[in-house]
Amino acid sequence: MIQVSNLTKRYAGRTAVSDISFHVARGEIVGLLGPNGAGKSTTMRILSSYLPATSGTVRVAGFDVFYESVEVRRRIGFMPENNPLYPEMRVREYLKFRARLKGLGGRRSRERVTTVMEQCGLTDVSRRIIGQLSKGYRQRVGLADALVHEPELIILDEPTIGLDPHQIRSVRQLIKSLAGKHTVLISTHILPEAEMMCSRMVIMFGGKILAADTPENLQKLMQGSSQIVAEIAARATELNAAFSQLSDVEKFDVSASEGEFQRCALTPRDGCDLRPAVFALARERGWILRELTRSRHSLEDIYVQVTKPEEEN
Amino acid sequence: MQIFGTLLRRELAAFFLSITGYVIIASVTLLTSLSFVVLIAGVGTNSFTAPVTEMFYSTFFFWLIVLLVAPVITMRLFALEKSAGTFETLMTTQVGDLQVVAAKFAAAIIFYMVAWLPMLVCLLIVRHFTNQSGALDAGTVGGMYVGIFLTGCLFLALGCFASAISRSQMAAAMISFVLGVSFFSLGFLAKSIPVTAQWQTQALSYFSLFDQMDDFARGVVDTRTVIFYAGVTFFFLFLTLRVVESRRWK
Repeated sequence: MIQVSNLTKRYAGRTAVSDISFHVARGEIVGLLGPNGAGKSTTMRILSSYLPATSGTVRVAGFDVFYESVEVRRRIGFMPENNPLYPEMRVREYLKFRARLKGLGGRRSRERVTTVMEQCGLTDVSRRIIGQLSKGYRQRVGLADALVHEPELIILDEPTIGLDPHQIRSVRQLIKSLAGKHTVLISTHILPEAEMMCSRMVIMFGGKILAADTPENLQKLMQGSSQIVAEIAARATELNAAFSQLSDVEKFDVSASEGEFQRCALTPRDGCDLRPAVFALARERGWILRELTRSRHSLEDIYVQVTKPEEEN
Repeated sequence: MQIFGTLLRRELAAFFLSITGYVIIASVTLLTSLSFVVLIAGVGTNSFTAPVTEMFYSTFFFWLIVLLVAPVITMRLFALEKSAGTFETLMTTQVGDLQVVAAKFAAAIIFYMVAWLPMLVCLLIVRHFTNQSGALDAGTVGGMYVGIFLTGCLFLALGCFASAISRSQMAAAMISFVLGVSFFSLGFLAKSIPVTAQWQTQALSYFSLFDQMDDFARGVVDTRTVIFYAGVTFFFLFLTLRVVESRRWK
């Protein structure tokens, strides 16, 4: 659906995107992830053929975004950053206007507007003036606008920014429900969001792509060093002695917790799971075990790791 | 065509469904009525042979209105969309650049003509009280509105260009005001340079909007003038189009 090859965008004196390549298959939900200023918005603007690329080619549904701009624009629904709308228009009127602008006929646009308003939960506010709506509703109007002409590709630039947790949840639900029927490209700098919605993530930093994979694979990448935490009621010396005999433990750390419990952090040697061994040990010695967890490396760690400036690595 | 119609409707709605639109109409009406009062006071004391429409232009109010109102009407067109970000949502649909420029200009000229309609009432009042059809015939009124339309096209095209090159409405209004006043002043230059400078006088006389409007008010529609106005209008609309396109230049 999207084919980006060696895309570079230079503004006067500044390179916003430098030589990136990625592709998105039909029906996928892909997250473009990165801190502010990573080049996400610029990439999306080029994809929606609002800005020209300095070099490289971008194809959407097989059409070049520069030379076949109209064909591309016909097939995309784009919601830019900050979701700009006409504040003086009414919700239904605005969506109708947008539908007509996107080439839908009179009857078809009426049908589609009704459908997307239901889909986005806007039916109650259809006669309200956009400028007087809450941010959550305005965001949904932007989403409804992106969906109204049933585009093949939906590009959403920071769709959940500035919403309260409730609204974020409903917007996420909505986006998830689009999978399969539409291809969706979302940009965000919030990790759990991408983790929840996307089938694949492209991590950008400083105009470059640092990693591109499924959330699970990105996690696996990090699992080699994932720790085990156990809380055991025993004397620290006994624990130290027992752990040093376990062959799979690379290093361990025992610290006092409340009461007679000790908090033990164990790092495995080569990505193996230490939990059964720790449980067996506790049973054998008759220790009371009250917690045994493997700290799952959240994407947060991956994100922090890959977006860390070079010198710190 | 559907897209042009949709855009035009939206632009007109932005004028007529906003307080700004009605402030503009009210201001134009106030100024025309004021000029009308000045005119009537003058007629009361002196005897005039010229048609009422012609006298109307001699009050300078007309130019004040055109020079002031055109920038106010056009400043919003592109600058507001750019600063609000809606330009991005607009230009990432399948609309063409030409359609956008044409629809915005058409909406501006329609609104501008509507703002001039209350003046007809002033003319009807004259007709009612003088009972002379000669004071006010269809030819002079028609000529006058053709004149208003053509000057409107010219100044609104300047305004569109000014709005397209800036992100701030204030800057757009200032640029278009300055362009308009400079254009207007060029005509007076013809009167002050020596007559020996043949072709210069000839060239500058085309810019003499004041004299041309006098002709229109007398009901004289000169083809040269019409071509001049249309030409300048198209030139500035063309520049506007290029500015809108320039975003996509590599």
